[in-house]
Formats: sequence, C-alpha cells, structure tokens
Amino acid sequence: MSAEVETLPGPLPGGDRLKEIGAAAARVLIPVLLALIMGGIILLILGKDPLAYYGYVAKRGLLTWGGLQETFTRMAPLLLIASGLIVAFRAGIWNLGGDGQFLLGAVITSAVAPLLVGSLPDLIVLPFCMLLSIATGALWSVVPAILKARYGINEIITSMMMSFLGTSFANVLIKLFFWDPATTVPQTRTLPVDDRLPRLFGSTVHAGVLIALAVIILVHLMMTRTAFGLKLQVVGANPAAAVHAGLNVAWLTVATFAISAGLIGLAGSVEILGVFGTVRADWNPAYGLLVVPLVFLARFNGYGTIGFVFFFSALMIGGDSAARRVGVPQHFVLVLVALLLIFLAVVEYLDHLRRKKVR
Amino acid sequence: MEGLLTQPFLTALLFGAVTAGVPLLLAGLGEQISEKAGVLNIGIEGMMLFGAYTGFVAAFYTGSFTLGFLAGGVGGAVVASIVMLLCIRFGLNQIVIGIAVTIGFEGLTALLHYFQFSRTYPRLDAAPVIALPGLSQIPVLGPGLFSHNAVVYLAVILVGVFTWMFRSTYVGLNLESAGNKPAALDAAGVSVIKTRALAVLSTGFLAGLGGAYMANVGAGLFVPMMTGGAGFIGIVLAMLARGKPLWVLLGAALFGASLSMTTALQVAGVNVPTDVVQMLPFAMVMLVLVIFARHSVLPPALGLPYVRGDRG
Repeated sequence: MSAEVETLPGPLPGGDRLKEIGAAAARVLIPVLLALIMGGIILLILGKDPLAYYGYVAKRGLLTWGGLQETFTRMAPLLLIASGLIVAFRAGIWNLGGDGQFLLGAVITSAVAPLLVGSLPDLIVLPFCMLLSIATGALWSVVPAILKARYGINEIITSMMMSFLGTSFANVLIKLFFWDPATTVPQTRTLPVDDRLPRLFGSTVHAGVLIALAVIILVHLMMTRTAFGLKLQVVGANPAAAVHAGLNVAWLTVATFAISAGLIGLAGSVEILGVFGTVRADWNPAYGLLVVPLVFLARFNGYGTIGFVFFFSALMIGGDSAARRVGVPQHFVLVLVALLLIFLAVVEYLDHLRRKKVR
Repeated sequence: MEGLLTQPFLTALLFGAVTAGVPLLLAGLGEQISEKAGVLNIGIEGMMLFGAYTGFVAAFYTGSFTLGFLAGGVGGAVVASIVMLLCIRFGLNQIVIGIAVTIGFEGLTALLHYFQFSRTYPRLDAAPVIALPGLSQIPVLGPGLFSHNAVVYLAVILVGVFTWMFRSTYVGLNLESAGNKPAALDAAGVSVIKTRALAVLSTGFLAGLGGAYMANVGAGLFVPMMTGGAGFIGIVLAMLARGKPLWVLLGAALFGASLSMTTALQVAGVNVPTDVVQMLPFAMVMLVLVIFARHSVLPPALGLPYVRGDRG
C-alpha cells in the first residue's frame, strides 16, 4: 500500500529525540517558507512588491486589534471544517464536499433561527439550530457514503458532485421557501443581533470560536484516545486489515462521513449565528478545499491544526483588505494554498527518501 | 409549454447541447487515457481552466482561433507536466497534487486575468463554423448538429481513433497494462513511467483544448472559474465509460443536453429559479452513479505510483 499512512514514531533514544523534533519542525516550516517565497516570485512577475504585500497582510491580519479580532472570528468556521476533515482523513476518506455541506448547514440555521427566537429562549434555539445543521450536513453525505461503502465508488468525485448540487440547492431553498418577504434581494430572514452568539469580553469575537476550539480538541481526543477513533484509524490505514479484524467497514464509512459532514454543517450554522445572521443567495465563501492543506500540514493533529488555522485566517483577513489596498486580488490566497500543498508533498517525499537511506 | 417545442427552440437546444457537451467529451476522453494508464487525474479542472485562459489570450491577441485552440491544448499540457513530474516521476500522492493543481490554477488564472484585463471581459468574434454539406440542410437537426466549429468534429473523430487505438494498437495495450499490471509492462521492457507520462500529457492537451473551446466558442470570453466543475464531470464520464470512448461520447451528449436545458429553459422564460436548472447536470451525474454504481470499473493500479521492485 502506498496510500498515505501516518507512521507513528516509536520510542527513540534520548539524543535522537531532539533531532526528531527538529526534523518535524523542518517538515512543517520548510513547505510554508517555500510557498511564501514562490508566491512572492509570482507577485514579482505580476509587478507587485511581495514584501509590501506580505507586510500589509501581517499588519492587517495580526498586528492591529481590529484585524486580530476578525482573525479570531474567522477561525470558528475554519476550525469546525478542519475537525470534520480530520475525522474523514484519519479514516482514509476524502470528504471534499465541504462547500455544499457548509452552505446547507448555514441556510437551515438562518431559516429556522429567526422564526423561533421570538417564542423560545435563545439558550434553546441556538443549540437546536446547530443540531439541525449538523443533521443537514450529515444527510447531504449519505449518498456518497453509501456509494463508497457499498460499491467502492470514489468518494472524491461523488462528494464534490454533491457539493455542486448543495450550493445550488441552498439557493433554491432561499428563493423558493425561506425568502424574507421584507427584502428585494433573495435572502433569509435576519436573526436579530441580540439573539446571536454572545460576544466575548467586550470584543467583536463571538462564542462560536470557543465552541470550535472545544470541538476540534474533542475530535482529536476521540480519534486518538477512544476505541471508536482507533477503529476509524485502522480503516484508514488499511481497509483490508480492518475487514479481517472483524470491523464493519461499511458502517464505519457511513458514520465517518456523517460525523465529518455534520461538523462542516455546524461550521455553517456557527458562521450564521455568530457573524451574518442571514444567508443571501449566491453567498459561498468556498472554505471547503482551503482547509485541506492546513489539516495536512498538521498531519491530522487537532492541536497543530489550531495553530495553522490561526495563521491562515490572519492571511485571509489580511488578504481581503490587501485586495483593496495593495491591488492583489483575493485569488492569490488560492495560489498560496496550492503551493503549500505541493511543497508539503515534495518535502514529505524527500523526508521519505532520507528515512529510507537511514534504514 | 407548447411554445417550447418550436423549431428554433429545438435547434437552439441541440446546438447548445453540442456546444456544452464537447468540452465534457474532450475532458472525458482525456481522463480516460490517464485512468487507463493508472493515473487518477483530479487536476483536470485546473488543466481545463488554464487551457481556457491561454486559449482565450492567444485567440484574443492573434485573432486566430486555430492558434487559440493550439495554445489551449499546450496550456493544458503545461499543467499536466506538473502532475507528470510530481506524481509520475516522483510518485507523490495523486489526489493531493490534483487538488493543488485545481485550486492553484483557479487562483492563477483569476490573477492573470485581473492583471491583464483588470475588471473587463473582452469578447472574441464568433468562431468560424463548418457546415457539413448535405447534412446541415436537414431542418432542425442540420443547424443544431452539423454546423459547428472544427473542434467539434475533431472531438467526435477522436472517439473513433481512440476506440481503434485502445483495441488494436500497442499504444493501447501499453496504456492498459500500465493501469492493470504495471510490473508486467515493465517486465516486457516498456517504461511504465514513460507510458504514464505520455498519457497524462495527452490528458492535459485534450482538457486544455476543451477549456479553450469552452472559452473561445462556448462563451466567447474568459471568466475566472468558468469551467464550473466540467473537469469533474469529465472524471465521472471516464469512470462510467469503463474504458470505452463511445460511452464517453454518449455520456457527454447526455450531460451536454442537460446543461443546454439550463440555458434553454431560462431563455424560454420558464418560471423556476435558475438554480433548479443548474442542479440538473450534477443531479444527473449522481442519479447515473446510483443506478449504474456496480458497473463502474476502474483499473486496479489506479492512483498508485509505480516503483520498480515494490511488492504491489
């Protein structure tokens, strides 16, 4: 099997341990640096000053209080999507349908929450909406999951198809069923600001960030410390061996998909309850694929992912305003993400060669 | 609904089906070659998009559609050479690199377009059309199916050529063994790496050509992210066709028709949100997959890099 299998480092003699940590740091830092340098070269070719761009992005995303708050706020959906991806990837399943699951989760929450807040306390409405969105996301993954579990149909393609379907379906739902009669532009009813997730310590950051942090830590513990998580990892590492070990691989596949898509649906819900309060037709932040390299960089480790998500959301927030101020469109972030993935794979490969030689 | 079934409407529907189906056909045929050789080419969307951009730019500045198509094919092949180097030569994970290539060229083409044209979307003149003598005179069918750009006929001819190539040439046999039992091909003295590299480059060229057709003929302009999942539909077509080019053609016709319905129904002023109709092609893909799930067959060595001497 040459599929990506995470090799757990065995016990190492004292001296090698430090070397090993250094190597791990290098494996993470080198791809990031190479991607930034290569991205800088592309900016140079396009006639932009890369240092000015990166400098502006860092200043806007990290070094101003307003920017930093936005960065923290943006982390909420990204962390929840990352948790969904960690579950799937550790189980060897490629759930790339995140955009559809995210949007449908968002639409369901924005359709239901404004209707209920008048008659029920927020403490009941908000969690109820989150659960509803989790169920919606999970539901949207059922077909790819069954096709994969039953017929071995590649889930990358099917989950992406469902994602295209889902983004259109979200619009259909808004236009046909949830259109706020008070607006001319198709959008759902707006959740009043007072009923949204509470802000933290007088800042603009909402409590969804705490939920997201708790979820990703729980997911990490579930995958590494529980029998269920271990089963999923066995399926991911070697499905054939999992069958021999008596695991119900088909059922585990469906469960993995449901958890993964459910968490991504939750991301949509939290983004609405915390930030927007409504979904406008054709809104699609397309976070789904952007989070993939972050999860890889962290090697599916939840704690590591938190760090990368922090830096990435600073990059997004900074990149957003750099589009207006420095004249580099937001699309540049896509290029950086792609470069990151490529260099990550290359460094992984070189590391693999090095280890082979040592052996 | 009666108003829908007029002659001009049906002609437009057929014409649109061909225009929408040809990029899918080219992408599907391209993907089929890669998959036969054991390479899962997820990056095909990026190849189409870059082909669309290079094809458009070339046609825009030279005024020549032929050069535009050529540049589109070459653009696609350039993207494919990245996949070739990283996945075939070095054996990196094909899915990771495929995603990277798709995201990267989504971003890069949007950037290039922005720096080249700012926020304007210049149009090309109408693409040259070859009306097939005789056939194009048939009412409805003639203008719908037999008065198209040369690329359309080329794509259909390729279906025949590939069928022959897969069935009765060494090239076809080599491709098939590279996907089914690469070690056997290696033992027979044919380089697996070279066979796969050639397959991926051809995929890139065809996908790029499809993208260029989409931009230069289908739309007449380049818009960032304009392929909108066509590459992924191409992958599905190749998956369902089980190695038979003719089935790719049938599938592309089916999806082309449902894409064409999207526009046709809007033009006809049918009172449903456009989003409902936009769901059609993807709903069709899922439906077909659910119905024919057990029939889709992929080569055993698909997605696995070939390392000589590895026990596979």
